[in-house]
Amino acid sequence: MAELNRREFIIFATGAAAAAVIATPTVALAEANDSAEQIKKFTGGAKVSDGGIELSMPEIAENGNTVPLSVSIDSPMTDDNHVKSVMVLAEGNPNSGVITFNFTPASGKAEASTRMRLAKTQNVTAVARMSDGSFRQTSALVKVTIGGCGG
Amino acid sequence: MAKSRPRVKVPKKAAKGDIVTIKTLISHKMESGQRKDKKGNVIPRRIINKFDCTLNGKPVFSCDIEPAISANPYVEFSAKVEEAGDFVFTWTDDDGSKYTKKSSIKVS
Repeated sequence: MAELNRREFIIFATGAAAAAVIATPTVALAEANDSAEQIKKFTGGAKVSDGGIELSMPEIAENGNTVPLSVSIDSPMTDDNHVKSVMVLAEGNPNSGVITFNFTPASGKAEASTRMRLAKTQNVTAVARMSDGSFRQTSALVKVTIGGCGG
Repeated sequence: MAKSRPRVKVPKKAAKGDIVTIKTLISHKMESGQRKDKKGNVIPRRIINKFDCTLNGKPVFSCDIEPAISANPYVEFSAKVEEAGDFVFTWTDDDGSKYTKKSSIKVS
């Protein structure tokens, strides 16, 4: 490479750094596992609306081995208007599937909690199937300090 | 592996129509099938793949579990109590064995 003077070097370095920052989101997308296909399978290609479902997870998980997760949906849970199931997917794990909660009107509330493993910083998505055949989804970004899928 | 021991926390009594919170936990390694032993061989997957709760035989809640759930899987959910009776909780292991636990609730 031709020799750079100080000014050129600084311009070059900032440019490279900016390029790296811009490139990061695309890299994250390219790494995603089959979670998009799993959502398609779950919904059967139906339209999925955003919101109307709450997924609460910590913003930063120190230990990826046990990350608390809870989903809740505001629903009267009657026979003709209830939440049937909620599928949770992790984009950055070796396998996208996490858990599928199946509710019935006897559940009373469409709320459930568990603890999951996260291999690295990633998006976790929850998709709910309502009794009327509609779908809702939401995602949460969790930063993981120590991954938890073995290896 | 140590025998899996299920534990549940259910209120002893509830008013008719109350929604109660149920907490369940079972001791289980939940071997994900991703880990390797010292020789580099993959440790085969062995997890609890299904959990199910019924009240007097009627389904209340169930879930399909994947390897991404932590060891000693903990599940918390709610149930609407319309009548006194028995909650039966069933965990299904990858090797086909089932662990069950029963808990009764009174209605006042």
